[in-house]
Amino acid sequence: MHLSVKGVSKSFGKGRDSKLVLDDINLEINSGEFVALVGSSGSGKSTVMRLIAGLEQPSSGTIHMDDRLVRGPGPDRGMVFQKYSLYPWLSAADNVAFGMRLQGRNKRDVKERTAYFLEVVGLQDSASRFPRQLSGGMQQRVAIARALAADPKVVLLDEPFGALDLQIRESMQEFLYQLWERSGLTALLITHDLEEALLMAQRVHIMAPRPGRVVRTVAANLDRGNLSALRMERSFLELREDLAGCLRGLDQDPAALAARSLASTTGSSSSG
Amino acid sequence: MSLRRRLDQPWLLGLVGVLTLLLLWQVVASLRVVDPLFLPSPAEVLGAGAEQYQEGVLVNDALASIGRVLGGYALSIVVSLPLGIAMGSNRLVCQLLEPLLGLIRYMPAPAFIPLLIIYFGLGELPKVLLIFIGTLFFNTLMIMDAVKFVPSELLESALTMGGRGLQITTRVVAPFIAPQVLDAYRINMAAAWNLVIVAELVAANEGLGKRISLAQRFLRTDEIFVGLIAIGLIGLLIDLGFRLVMRRSCRWAI
Ligand SMILES: Nc1ncnc2c1ncn2[C@@H]1O[C@H](COP(=O)(O)OP(=O)(O)OP(=O)(O)O)[C@@H](O)[C@H]1O
Ligand SMILES: [Mg+2]
Repeated sequence: MHLSVKGVSKSFGKGRDSKLVLDDINLEINSGEFVALVGSSGSGKSTVMRLIAGLEQPSSGTIHMDDRLVRGPGPDRGMVFQKYSLYPWLSAADNVAFGMRLQGRNKRDVKERTAYFLEVVGLQDSASRFPRQLSGGMQQRVAIARALAADPKVVLLDEPFGALDLQIRESMQEFLYQLWERSGLTALLITHDLEEALLMAQRVHIMAPRPGRVVRTVAANLDRGNLSALRMERSFLELREDLAGCLRGLDQDPAALAARSLASTTGSSSSG
Repeated sequence: MSLRRRLDQPWLLGLVGVLTLLLLWQVVASLRVVDPLFLPSPAEVLGAGAEQYQEGVLVNDALASIGRVLGGYALSIVVSLPLGIAMGSNRLVCQLLEPLLGLIRYMPAPAFIPLLIIYFGLGELPKVLLIFIGTLFFNTLMIMDAVKFVPSELLESALTMGGRGLQITTRVVAPFIAPQVLDAYRINMAAAWNLVIVAELVAANEGLGKRISLAQRFLRTDEIFVGLIAIGLIGLLIDLGFRLVMRRSCRWAI
């Protein structure tokens, strides 16, 4: 599997109202890689993902999946949305089976794989529960199981844990990382949380807003034997702080600029 | 248990309301402040109802009216579903039809009666068509709205798992809108039921509306009351039927 995004730009709107949202994005993802895209809100992260998924068309540039031009959505690129996107009328098991049934897999196959992926996300006991009977974290795990069960070559995760509270988010990060390690999955993770990106991804792209563009790419070859220990490690914190500074520097928000200039005039050099 | 809590039962207060009205009616009637010719007592109405029932007219009329409603409304249900879904999911279809439906919707359905009689005579067809015309646009527009509010994540998830065209409609759109569609059908059923009575007032050989207009000619207010109450009760039963279907089939949405 090889996914390549070459010189992709995207504008929304026509004529004078046209707004350039992405400018010359270049990305590569190879089989088995875990890549992250980090940027502040509105920097166009979701748009990148939607272009790769084929849910939007680039204004210029190309996206190739194994040398085939991406023209629309397809089961080779699975997606997990930030908002809970389970089908509320289906049980957890039927949600997981949904994609496989769309693809017309045979019944026995569907049943086996549904059971398998529910177990992978640790929800075998909740198979018959409906989405509204599941917590937010459980719902996202079902959504991940559903995307994986449809057998994609790459999974696109758009802030999958953004709506979860901190503790659950940390356990979900560990869960996702272990899942990736065990299953040889290929993943593109979008997040505005640097720590999340650095914990899991081997390569992290930093995006700047207005227009959205990749300004820095770092290889994060860290020892991920123990994620919760890694969160506290010095090398990890230094890398995180370095990139956080880069992100803050990109923030063109007028309020932030004003605050920063105020901080510099008072001679404070703390966090600004 | 407080009084408020004790009163908070689904049926209780509704029943109290109905009984209060009946009691008020009985009191006013027995005081003879209104000429009995204009306001028969509940007992007289009950008597007239029993009489009509024994003669078989009541059941006959009810069946005639119900048959027309079911015919016209079934047609409306069958046509509005694909039309509403097409309008809700395809922008071009919507742009083509929405202004048209919006216009026709404001033409009062009873005003079509003269035209329908000229075209189709006095038989069953014009009545069935009236109900069809009078409910089609409301059903279609309500279904269209429901389709437009299907969350895009649900549609897009299906697309990224290999879903295509019609599959999306049958497996995502249809189940998602089912509760709203049933509710639209339930609400607009009231309009169908109103229209059949109007049609029968104008031209019919039997039916609850026809009975009412005959009763008017002979100044039989008790029979008018029988007709009105029968219409209300049948409507209520149909409404409850829709609610039951909804509760059975769309448990997830309640
Ligand atoms: N369909 C659209 N039409 C017009 N503008 C759009 C559309 N989709 C996105 N945009 C604009 O593109 C910009 C980037 O949006 P996008 O959702 O990709 O950002 P994001 O990085 O995912 O932000 P967040 O972290 O808040 O999810 C925003 O300014 C948004 O208003
Ligand atoms: Mg986003």
